[in-house]
Amino acid sequence: MPAERHGITHAQESAVTSPLQQKLKISGSSVVTANRLADGAVVYRTAEGTWTTDIDSAAVVSSAEAASDLLTAAKADGVQAVDVYVAPVKLEDGLILPANLREAIRLRGPTIDLPITFGI
Amino acid sequence: MYLYDDFDRTLLAERVAEFRGQVARRLTGELNEDEFKSLRLMNGVYLQLHAYMLRIAIPYGTLASDQMRKLAHVARRYDRGYGHFTTRQNIQFNWIKLAELPDAMADLADSRLHGMQTSGNCVRNITTDQWAAVAPDEIEDPRVWAELLRQHLTLHPEFSFLPRKFKIAVSAASHDRAAIAIHDLSLRLYRNGAGEVGFEVGVGGGLGRTPFLAKIIKPFLAKRDLLSYVEAVLRLYNQYGRRDNIYKARIKILVHELGAERFGREVEAEWRSIKDGALALDPAVIAEIAARFRYPDYERLADSPPALVAARKADARFATWVHNAVANHKVPGYAIVTLSLKPVGKPPGDCTADQMDAIADITDRYSFGEIRVGHEQNLVLPHVPQRDLPEVFRALDAIGVATPNVGLVSDIIACPGLDYCSLANARAIPVAQEISQRFRDLDVARGLGRLHVNISGCINACGHHHVGHIGILGVEKNGEEFYQITIGGRADEKAQLGALIGPAVPYDDVADVVEDIAQAYLELRQQSDELFIDTVKRVGVEPFKERVYATR
Repeated sequence: MPAERHGITHAQESAVTSPLQQKLKISGSSVVTANRLADGAVVYRTAEGTWTTDIDSAAVVSSAEAASDLLTAAKADGVQAVDVYVAPVKLEDGLILPANLREAIRLRGPTIDLPITFGI
Repeated sequence: MYLYDDFDRTLLAERVAEFRGQVARRLTGELNEDEFKSLRLMNGVYLQLHAYMLRIAIPYGTLASDQMRKLAHVARRYDRGYGHFTTRQNIQFNWIKLAELPDAMADLADSRLHGMQTSGNCVRNITTDQWAAVAPDEIEDPRVWAELLRQHLTLHPEFSFLPRKFKIAVSAASHDRAAIAIHDLSLRLYRNGAGEVGFEVGVGGGLGRTPFLAKIIKPFLAKRDLLSYVEAVLRLYNQYGRRDNIYKARIKILVHELGAERFGREVEAEWRSIKDGALALDPAVIAEIAARFRYPDYERLADSPPALVAARKADARFATWVHNAVANHKVPGYAIVTLSLKPVGKPPGDCTADQMDAIADITDRYSFGEIRVGHEQNLVLPHVPQRDLPEVFRALDAIGVATPNVGLVSDIIACPGLDYCSLANARAIPVAQEISQRFRDLDVARGLGRLHVNISGCINACGHHHVGHIGILGVEKNGEEFYQITIGGRADEKAQLGALIGPAVPYDDVADVVEDIAQAYLELRQQSDELFIDTVKRVGVEPFKERVYATR
């Protein structure tokens, strides 16, 4: 299954860096993302200080300072979400799109059909 | 099958209750993530890209039918209707909710299943030959020794916080089906020149970013000394293994830096100080554990019954499957049947809940209620009467686990890769799917003979790419998925690390490269029965490299 299914092409991708190795320097639009504590679902930080599974409702920042502020506030919430980090996004036609394959897979799920869909 | 006792049942029940309390405290914020993470990992709970993942141990790869049904139940009730069998005789559920994990674990514990020591810096699930106790080339059941070690090393206080994880594998056959050489500790049971059965002990095997094959430090270890010797190895590792650098923390680095000979001498000195103490094995203890393994009450049957011979003549598909997926059993009239979890174009190692239930029913009817899990991510029915093979084939074929590709190019080992794993740099499953599609013509695949393709989505090497006949490693370069290709690796008794053939190739080229390598092999082999791996050994990497990069 090509990456294109996830709305991006290789040429458009930016670097895939493990969040654990990530230093806070951003080169474009970014969001703060995490996994929801109760079920691990991928969530995004909103401008209101809540979490959402809808990336289009995420707060988008474009400077390291703004990203740092958003990240700090998000990390302070240790109950709703875990593994909080800054992820790159692209803004296209008013939509917020993941800027690399890893983030695209986090948002949209595996690039493969899940076994249950073909059954036995 | 091994019969668990009250101690095991109590241990699991207490562990579930403890974890239930820990999850409740985490959900209210009483425990923070730093405090909770190590607790969940001790129970096999990871946080992956889009959900929690629960890894469940299948000790020495042996499952009872009721356990398989329980896995099906967990897949349906708590996950998305399927599970993924791994390269270390574990199963993983990829979509489990933290809040529901205690209930899932309680259900699993009812069937003697758990995730303890499937993660963390401890001794992991002890693996062995999936053909244990049924293989004709085996000298005795290796699971007895795996079980003895499991009992000794489960929640062992001294070894619960090792520098890094520690994997043990045991083999007791002339052909190594357990890939023991790529384990931190390898134990090979064999009979020495004096007719005694004991262990050849190797240490420091492992893949990842610094791959090594295990080095033999004890050519012959008497059975009575197994626990004391393993204890001595672990003590040395615990004391001298590096804790300052996660990339240098595995025992393989310690063994490499000290040298195997010196490491062996240090172990020997430690071992001599404890070998005649409490850990010296009493034959009665060994006999008691061995007695808890129950073996089928086999009928007296003859090999190659007329019904089987007639069915092979009458049904070409059946004959093909028998040739590929059925192996000789040590008991006359019986067979070992491998179930391929590698249907063409599907994720390697995945099994749906419906398939699990059906396999449990099939083994209850035809294989004494027992199932085995192999490191190649396939399943095994270990005790099938040969006369029943036609019916077993029809039953397995109906649920999609009778693809006759065992050991062929489409029987691919692959890690979950970037589709699931938070450590991955590149995808592995879709690469495997594309390769299996390219070789979906089984006549072509059979023409290539035994050919193992292993794919890992990152340098951690869960897909064991270093020991694939063709190994594929996903890397990330400037935001794109690239794949390094190695050839010549193998994980059996002639274990070898593969050699890189050249620069990494892009995602879209990987299946083409595998086809090029396969074509080069067909042209290079001296005769039709020279295996791919033997051709590589004879001619080296260069002719394959020339073929692959001639047009790239």
